[in-house]
Amino acid sequence: MRVVIAEDLFLLRDGLTRMLQAHGLEITAAVDNGADLLAAVAKDQPDVAIVDVRLPPTFTDEGIRAALAARHEAPGLPVLVLSQYVEQLYARELLASGGGGIGYLLKDRVFDSAQFVDAVRRVAAGGTAMDPEVIARLLARNTGNASVGALSPREREVLALMAEGRSNAAIAQRLVITERAVAKHTASIFLKLDLQPSDDDNRRVLAVLAYLEG
Amino acid sequence: MPVPKQTEMSAGHDPDGPERPDVPDLPVPVTEFLNWMRGRLAFVGQGLLFFGLALAGLALLLAYAAVLGVSIKVALSARDPYSDQTERVVLASLVFVVWLVLGPLVLVWMRGLARLTRRLVGQWCAVAIADPYLPPPWADGGKKGLRRRLKWLLTDQATWRDLLWVTVDGCLGWILPLLPAGLLALGFVGVFAPYAQLELRLLTIGAAAFGLWAAPWLMRGYGYLAHSMLAPTRQAELALRVRHLAETRTEALDTGAAEIRRIERDLHDGAQARLVAMGMTLDAAGQIIDTNPEAARALLYEARDASVKALTELRALVRGIHPPVLADRGVADAIQALALDTPMRIHVASDLYGRPSAPIESAAYFAVSELLANVSKHAEARETWIDIRHTDGMLRIGVTDNGHGGADPARGSGLRGIERRLASFDGVMAISSPPGGPTAVTMEIPCELSLPKTSSS
Repeated sequence: MRVVIAEDLFLLRDGLTRMLQAHGLEITAAVDNGADLLAAVAKDQPDVAIVDVRLPPTFTDEGIRAALAARHEAPGLPVLVLSQYVEQLYARELLASGGGGIGYLLKDRVFDSAQFVDAVRRVAAGGTAMDPEVIARLLARNTGNASVGALSPREREVLALMAEGRSNAAIAQRLVITERAVAKHTASIFLKLDLQPSDDDNRRVLAVLAYLEG
Repeated sequence: MPVPKQTEMSAGHDPDGPERPDVPDLPVPVTEFLNWMRGRLAFVGQGLLFFGLALAGLALLLAYAAVLGVSIKVALSARDPYSDQTERVVLASLVFVVWLVLGPLVLVWMRGLARLTRRLVGQWCAVAIADPYLPPPWADGGKKGLRRRLKWLLTDQATWRDLLWVTVDGCLGWILPLLPAGLLALGFVGVFAPYAQLELRLLTIGAAAFGLWAAPWLMRGYGYLAHSMLAPTRQAELALRVRHLAETRTEALDTGAAEIRRIERDLHDGAQARLVAMGMTLDAAGQIIDTNPEAARALLYEARDASVKALTELRALVRGIHPPVLADRGVADAIQALALDTPMRIHVASDLYGRPSAPIESAAYFAVSELLANVSKHAEARETWIDIRHTDGMLRIGVTDNGHGGADPARGSGLRGIERRLASFDGVMAISSPPGGPTAVTMEIPCELSLPKTSSS
């Protein structure tokens, strides 16, 4: 799997490169600004781009804009955005930039390399990887929502993991339950939220996110 | 304060008077004339009221002068060698009392009269006049003693300008507002007086018509006259401004210092403590890594989790100091992001073509943040609307909720805090929150917008 990294801090760029290489991913380019990212994406046509939000020259939301621009030039390019903080506003903009292949994670998630690489692979495959903090805030925002309130605690856990973009198998492993039980929970969740059930993992995630943002 | 219809003087008539539907059959010019007439008659009435005020002021002055004159005369007569000593003492003290007690009292009444005039002139003559008075010494916690009050009243230049106004107004000023009414009365006399010559009748009717026509300008002139004496002098204005700046500067410095102390404490108790613990854990892991690799691994994981917690705390702290979206995108998007994080339906509408300066963005953001916290804590609102725009050199932010209202800045320290913070930028906040709701808060901060930075990527 071919990866492009855009991260301005040398230590982090270097660490990410080594970690991903250790997990058998190929780093085609590691750049430190948005313009170089666009050039690298055009040249190397990677499977996924990992982008830091703060990049030179403004050190504001350069990375988000670079990611959106890259997806504009190469539609459907999977992009995983890393940030020191997460904002629902940015999550929204990324999700609105076209179906699938979107990840938005806190930089802390890099500490757990297995989980992080899993997220990179998921995004590269066209899936979604939303940071648990984004999801927690989305759920907090929906506390007053009667349909969300009607969910059982276990169903809420499943909903949160599903919204992060995890597959049934991953949810089952995480909650230490069988995949069939997860399927039962998701069916119940979709019924209670009045959503169209779908077998496609990613479409399912997007439906749940759209519902929570609603 | 609602803008009264009489302020539309250049229009000459009132286009949307309440009585218009009553006369739907009349041709348009007639209704227009009736509206015009109603507007002018209102001026006549207001002019009469101004005349009344002028007379009241003059009467007050004359009464004081009369009492003073009589008491002095009585006191002088006490020098009569045949009157006895006690009588003299009594009479002399009478003069003293009149001077000392009645004088300030008259000045206070005069001040009330001037205040009323200022308000009415603002409403009826469309000439806004600010209060020129020095703030009372007890405004910032001083004592309220009689001597301090006296000193405050007597040393304020504005007091003596009030006196000047009441004198001028009582002697001459009233002519301006009374002129329309007077000319109108003259017209009536001209029409109804028996045995008058036709020329004379026409002349008086012409004068009455002129009086009605000129009423708005006469009133405006009266407004300017009042303004020349009742408005703060340049010096008083500057003094008030200096005072305001000194107050808000002190408050801004205090808030800043308190904020820095809070940040220091949070860092000390939070991230710093966690880093110390992490260092110790890593050290422990290093010591046992050869003898007990399993336990060392557990310690390493523990250190990793501690670093995640430290980062989480630092993030929360940064959000409280200067939220990243605010730095990235400016106040409108930051408020949008805030709305997304608040468990309530919030509709944000913004119309900013650029960004205010960073301190103003920050003040506006935290004001809205505080307001939203208030709404979710107290108002039991289902929905909130936020409107952000920049017009006439003002950043205006309206926050309206459909909760149960009854918000009172005098009781809530939060609202007072917002007012204080905005005051550092000459910003103001207005609250309308009738019991039963809705609550509408409007904030205004004077500022210029700078165009957004263009991206180089």
